[in-house]
Amino acid sequence: MGGESLPYIFLNAAVVNNFVLALFLGICPFLGTSAKKETAWNMGLATTFVMLVSSTSAYGVNWLLTQLNLEFLRLICYIAIIASAVQLVEMFVKKYSPTLFRSLGIFLPLITTNCAILGLALFQTAKEYNFLQSLAYSLGAGAGFILALMLMAGLREKLELARVPTVSQGAAMSLMLAGLLSLAFMGFAGLGGSHG
Amino acid sequence: MAESPQQTASAKSPAPLFNLQENLTADTFLRGLWQENPVFVMLLGMCPVLAVTNSAINAIGMGLATTFVLVGSGALVSLLRNWIPKQVRIASYIVIIATFVTVVDYTIHAISLELYAALGAFIQLIVVNCIILGRAEAYASKQRLVPTLVNSLGMGIGFTLALLSLGTVREILGNGTLFGYQLFSDNFQPWLVMVLPPGGFFVLGAWLLLFAWLKQRRERRILEQAGVSAHGR
Repeated sequence: MGGESLPYIFLNAAVVNNFVLALFLGICPFLGTSAKKETAWNMGLATTFVMLVSSTSAYGVNWLLTQLNLEFLRLICYIAIIASAVQLVEMFVKKYSPTLFRSLGIFLPLITTNCAILGLALFQTAKEYNFLQSLAYSLGAGAGFILALMLMAGLREKLELARVPTVSQGAAMSLMLAGLLSLAFMGFAGLGGSHG
Repeated sequence: MAESPQQTASAKSPAPLFNLQENLTADTFLRGLWQENPVFVMLLGMCPVLAVTNSAINAIGMGLATTFVLVGSGALVSLLRNWIPKQVRIASYIVIIATFVTVVDYTIHAISLELYAALGAFIQLIVVNCIILGRAEAYASKQRLVPTLVNSLGMGIGFTLALLSLGTVREILGNGTLFGYQLFSDNFQPWLVMVLPPGGFFVLGAWLLLFAWLKQRRERRILEQAGVSAHGR
């Protein structure tokens, strides 16, 4: 697994094994912030930044823990890193764009519990990526997350104008749409090889 | 010691938003199963719900693991609720939860390698399951030990049932089996898409549709009865 090229890793994470639609990571923000395209875009950028920071830090911490033979602390350390990274983003956004801070609302601190980010850190450890590969992997995962979020937001904005049966309004309809998107993304399967 | 701040708090705000110290009733347990089912009603913790329910046995394994973490971390948070400072509570909860998840991770690895491989990273991802942090913040940090244990257990079983309801449907349709036993004759053509990722979205969507339809029907019936009685008068 060590010799994968960087563009391959990027495309694999972004499209073929899309984090949201193929691996089911980060479903909560995917359903929660995909009502408007603008919110979706900002949420995607914030998440990508946290992914980048936590993935690089996770690489360093994993190296340190392996040196010290403390692998059982990995999970606790990773989640602490992610929580700090989210805190950083929160302070940054609050300082430079209060409007964005208000529009993201509760979903900004909730990036901590976005499983896509912890999943990314765990997968890159499991695959034994080197530093540059980890970087490409996190950028790809972020791009895939933004892609899925924007597609969903576009669909849901159109859906506002459509007349659907009252029973299926809300979560059920969103899930059906997500299922169709996921079905479409399965068309990429086989381009990227193994799962994950 | 726990009583005196309670009384001052309730004296300060005459109409609290919710009852701070809940009495232990059957409802404490049953709420998680149906009325506040974490998956179908609150739509929390969707990632494992969709990802590991491609067979019934995986669903049960995941449900039990989550229940254990839910009960364990709930108990610890409830016991430590007077010692954890408010400012760092979320970080403390996360560390407590991560500790229990590490225990579960190593336990499953020791008991069943097969299940460990099937659930994959999703065991460790229990840490970021919103149900657990949500329970810690909304319930365990305010309640005494016993109600917390009962409520967490109810929530955990509710979560397990939800996972199971997805897992059985997906396994029967997508594989023609239930808990590994073949249900149909060899002519059965498995509906493969149901065990693949899109199937998770479709089955969960279908369950939500069913519940929404039942709720709508019940509301309409209540309205009709009210209308009839108003008419008769």
